[in-house]
Amino acid sequence: MNPYLAGTMLGIVLLLAMFLSGRGLGASGGIKYCVVSLVGAVDRSHAEKSIYYGKYFENGKEPLNNWLTYEILGVVTGGFISGALSGRLKFRIEKSPSISNTRRLIFAFLGGVCFVYGAQLARGCTSGAALSGMAVLSVAGFVTMIAIFGSAYGFAYFFRKNWI
Amino acid sequence: MGPISSLITMPGWLEMLIALLIGTGFGFALEQAGFSSSRKLVGMFYGYDTTVLKVFFTAAIVALVGSQFLSYFGLLNLSQVYVNEYYAGASIIGGIIMGAGFIMGGYCPGTGLSALSIGKIDAVVFALGGFTGAFLFGETYPLIQNFANGSYKGAEKIDEALGISTGLFIFLLIVAAAGMFWIGELAEKKFARPDITGEI
Repeated sequence: MNPYLAGTMLGIVLLLAMFLSGRGLGASGGIKYCVVSLVGAVDRSHAEKSIYYGKYFENGKEPLNNWLTYEILGVVTGGFISGALSGRLKFRIEKSPSISNTRRLIFAFLGGVCFVYGAQLARGCTSGAALSGMAVLSVAGFVTMIAIFGSAYGFAYFFRKNWI
Repeated sequence: MGPISSLITMPGWLEMLIALLIGTGFGFALEQAGFSSSRKLVGMFYGYDTTVLKVFFTAAIVALVGSQFLSYFGLLNLSQVYVNEYYAGASIIGGIIMGAGFIMGGYCPGTGLSALSIGKIDAVVFALGGFTGAFLFGETYPLIQNFANGSYKGAEKIDEALGISTGLFIFLLIVAAAGMFWIGELAEKKFARPDITGEI
């Protein structure tokens, strides 16, 4: 799809989230709630005693029963519908032909670790902090956006063999 | 008036249904933008594909201008819409760590989820890394909590921080975006990689 048209569609979805629920879009937050719930299922007392996980279990709260968790379930559903309509459903590893599958997957894993760790620190990722933050004119949104893109440009040289 | 959630007390199931539907629109838009491809996303950082820039700024401006118009016509009370709180150190360092994750993994969390939904194995592994990252944050939180909660500035707004009117800031943002779109189009010609863009 034309990028400006896709951007307009994405902007309308964000505007709907603001109008219906009074909030922006998010992705890393939903991942966090899944992890918090998983930690609670494996070791409830560790989760309740932890200064980080504890607040998500106060007063018998269930971390999975959260706006963001349902929203990321929707992201996977919407992506699947779009992929099906455009004939893009296929199991494959996407990578540059000059690197191995193993190398691609190791870097994908490390990238995921860093991205979501950083997102917890910054209280949002490209969606929740940068995009939604900019739409409400928050300083946090603009600063996070500049930090993410600036950093990716700065590191791009060192990882160029993985991509170009 | 709006947001609707502040007008009526919605039953839990309705709130979650709205979340699911908004998420569906979000995932659909990301996939249609081509963001289910890591090689397309990182094209932003090597210049051969600047779709990220175009989609990201178009979306931010549509939502920003749309919400300002709704507010102007009394349809949306912006003071009831969440404004991100600013912790200066955490936003900057968190953003730098995220940028490193972006260039290593090729996705951000939202685009990673949209990519795994169409069967990209590398996106599944990226998401597993994401779960691990959230877990590591939870476990290391006691060590970094002072930093994470430091330099707190509140829900600061950029037009107020710069001391200019909301309208002027939005106008300047649109001009800046148009300039960046133009540079993006030039970059795609200068750093063209038909071998990559032909495949994605």
